[in-house]
Amino acid sequence: MTPNPYLWLVPILPLAGAAINGFLGRHSSKKAITAIALIFCGAASAMALFLAAGFSSTSAPYYYDFAHWIRSGNFQVDFSFYLDQLSLVMLLVVTGVGFLIHIYSVGYMWEDDGYYRFMAYLNLFMFFMLTLVLAKNYLVMFIGWEGVGLASYLLIGFWFIKDSAAAAGKKAFIVNRIGDFGFLIALFLMIKHFGSLDFTHVFAAVRTLPTETGGAGLLTAIGLLLMVGAAGKSAQIPLYVWLPDAMEGPTPVSALIHAATMVTAGVYMVSRSSAIFDRAPMAMMVVAIIGTLTALFAATIGIAQTDIKKVLAYSTVSQLGYMFMACGVGAFSAGIFHLMTHAFFKGLLFLAAGSVIHGIGGEQDMRKMGGLRVYMPVTFLTMSIATFTIAGFPPLAAYFSKDEILWKAYSSPNGSWVFWLIGVITAFITSFYMFRLWFLTFFGDYRGAAAPEAHGHDDHGHDDHGHGHGHGEPHESPWVMLGPLVILAILSVVGGWVGIGDRFEHFLAPVFQSGATAELAHETAGEAAGKGTETLLMLISVTAAILGFLLAWALYLRRPQLPARIAAALGGLYQAVAHKYYIDELYGVLFVKPLIDGSTTILWHGVDQGVIDAAVNDSATAARHVSDNARHMQSGNLRSYAGWVAAGGALVIAYMVWMGIR
Amino acid sequence: MVPLSYYLVLSGILFVCGVLGFLIKRNIITIFMSIELMLNGVNLSFVAFAAQWQSLSGQVFVFFVMVVAAAEAAVGLAIIIAVYRTRETLNVDQVNLLKL
Repeated sequence: MTPNPYLWLVPILPLAGAAINGFLGRHSSKKAITAIALIFCGAASAMALFLAAGFSSTSAPYYYDFAHWIRSGNFQVDFSFYLDQLSLVMLLVVTGVGFLIHIYSVGYMWEDDGYYRFMAYLNLFMFFMLTLVLAKNYLVMFIGWEGVGLASYLLIGFWFIKDSAAAAGKKAFIVNRIGDFGFLIALFLMIKHFGSLDFTHVFAAVRTLPTETGGAGLLTAIGLLLMVGAAGKSAQIPLYVWLPDAMEGPTPVSALIHAATMVTAGVYMVSRSSAIFDRAPMAMMVVAIIGTLTALFAATIGIAQTDIKKVLAYSTVSQLGYMFMACGVGAFSAGIFHLMTHAFFKGLLFLAAGSVIHGIGGEQDMRKMGGLRVYMPVTFLTMSIATFTIAGFPPLAAYFSKDEILWKAYSSPNGSWVFWLIGVITAFITSFYMFRLWFLTFFGDYRGAAAPEAHGHDDHGHDDHGHGHGHGEPHESPWVMLGPLVILAILSVVGGWVGIGDRFEHFLAPVFQSGATAELAHETAGEAAGKGTETLLMLISVTAAILGFLLAWALYLRRPQLPARIAAALGGLYQAVAHKYYIDELYGVLFVKPLIDGSTTILWHGVDQGVIDAAVNDSATAARHVSDNARHMQSGNLRSYAGWVAAGGALVIAYMVWMGIR
Repeated sequence: MVPLSYYLVLSGILFVCGVLGFLIKRNIITIFMSIELMLNGVNLSFVAFAAQWQSLSGQVFVFFVMVVAAAEAAVGLAIIIAVYRTRETLNVDQVNLLKL
């Protein structure tokens, strides 16, 4: 490992930006705020590029011990940063996409009163995300982990005067607490058994342990607990419920935090812990199953959503499921590869959706869009690229990453054809709902124009960012917003090409040593048979994507009256899907209501009011009653006092006399 | 020589007179004089013991008591005058504001 003193600058720079804007922004001009936010974020990006230059697949990891933190006996945790191939990929994704979204936000949030607050939060998010990515031990990672949760909470509830936004922020925060609980227990187990939280030490200790094939042991427990944490942060079953609600936040936030970077932290963490998962096949299996189920489950919900951002939110959950599927079958590099391409195209999808929402005055209901390709050509073009990318059309980015995952799900020793099959079905559904969104938004006639004033400002749907100007005609967004779209569109096209010939996998190989070597050995063994199968599987998934496109085309462009009839024919099933399988209601009945009722009756009325308050109040009442009676002795009558004194004296004398006699 | 017990009995009688006066009388001045009576009852027993045991301590105590009594008389009379000026009565049963 090589020490690199520049490492700590990467996270610190956005923190400085956040501090300046957060403390001074209220009274600064918007230009100054913009300059600060962009310069500090841009400097971090430049720093990341500087670090990336001259870092190859064979480079030893960089590290930097910034400061001592906890030193207790043999146990020590320091503020130290670490950069290897895996964190480098994350670093570039976070700073790159993050910087683009900063630029986009300038256009999107310019009119908002909380502009300085928004920029400060964005920079704060960058700080925590970079801390998470660059951490050298689990505890520093946990700081970043909690910090991005905080930033996410602040930004989801950015329009906090709106009840739904405040509630969504709280929901995200509380659901993440459940995941963090698992993460923390995993850390405690590591401290207890390995005496360290440093990645290098922990993984070295793990590698001395045998693989837990037969049953579940320590590593399986740690792996599963880490997965609980990852499921919370990365919105997997059963903790995915917060992500769709998180769409209450401004759209750049949805793009940055809830699509491109923060929600992928769980995938990063699981990949980072690959040494642990490698030796805990059961935990791997659970990860794969959760990922696969989430991918399918969320995709089906995505079909029936009408809010453009909700569709994208479920799509994100579904794509994250793919990544976990990859991690679960041991193809960590494929998961990270998809993470990277997903950051490009999903960031792009959200930003383009934001551009659409911005252009038609805050409307998010796709049923009120349509025909927008005429009004906003650049948005249409970039959104099309993103849609074709996520559907998996070659040679766009997701084609490479998704096929890599599907192939690994099929061929890896931990994989199975079941994962592959569900993956392909999900790919078909993904293609269908994304093209549904595409056709509904950009084709046909504009369905909102009929009464542009009627649903103007007072009826803004969710993304109520109160623009000053009127919204008679849909209009294209300014170039400060379109620029990032174009760059991300280019990345969505070419981003997958780094994976050609397994170059991406080889780049990450040093990180996933143990897993990758096993995989490579397996691959060379089945190379001859594998190539043919791989091509076949690839054809099948491309066919699935095309079928999805055709189905969406048939239903939403050629026969637009059909979907309603199908929905009516399906009846209950359609209702269930449209209501997200009533999962929120189910959680409400199973967890939220019992918790609230239990807290109200037992904890609040019972313990708090019944025991704690009662103890204080009752002792006060008792004291008052006693004194109330006692005060009658103090009559103010001098002679009665004298009587008491004389009686007391007589009593004392009597006692002494009696003692004397005895 | 008069035996010690005589002095002590007289001292006791004086003290009890003082106590009874304090309890029964309503006039502050009388009460005040009853206190003096109690003090002097005690003084008598002090000097009686001092004479009996040929010790100066008892006499010293008596001096202290007399000094304190003098000071008390000064302060007490001042208070009585103040009370009389504000309440225009010397009946202790009507001076009963010091209560809850």
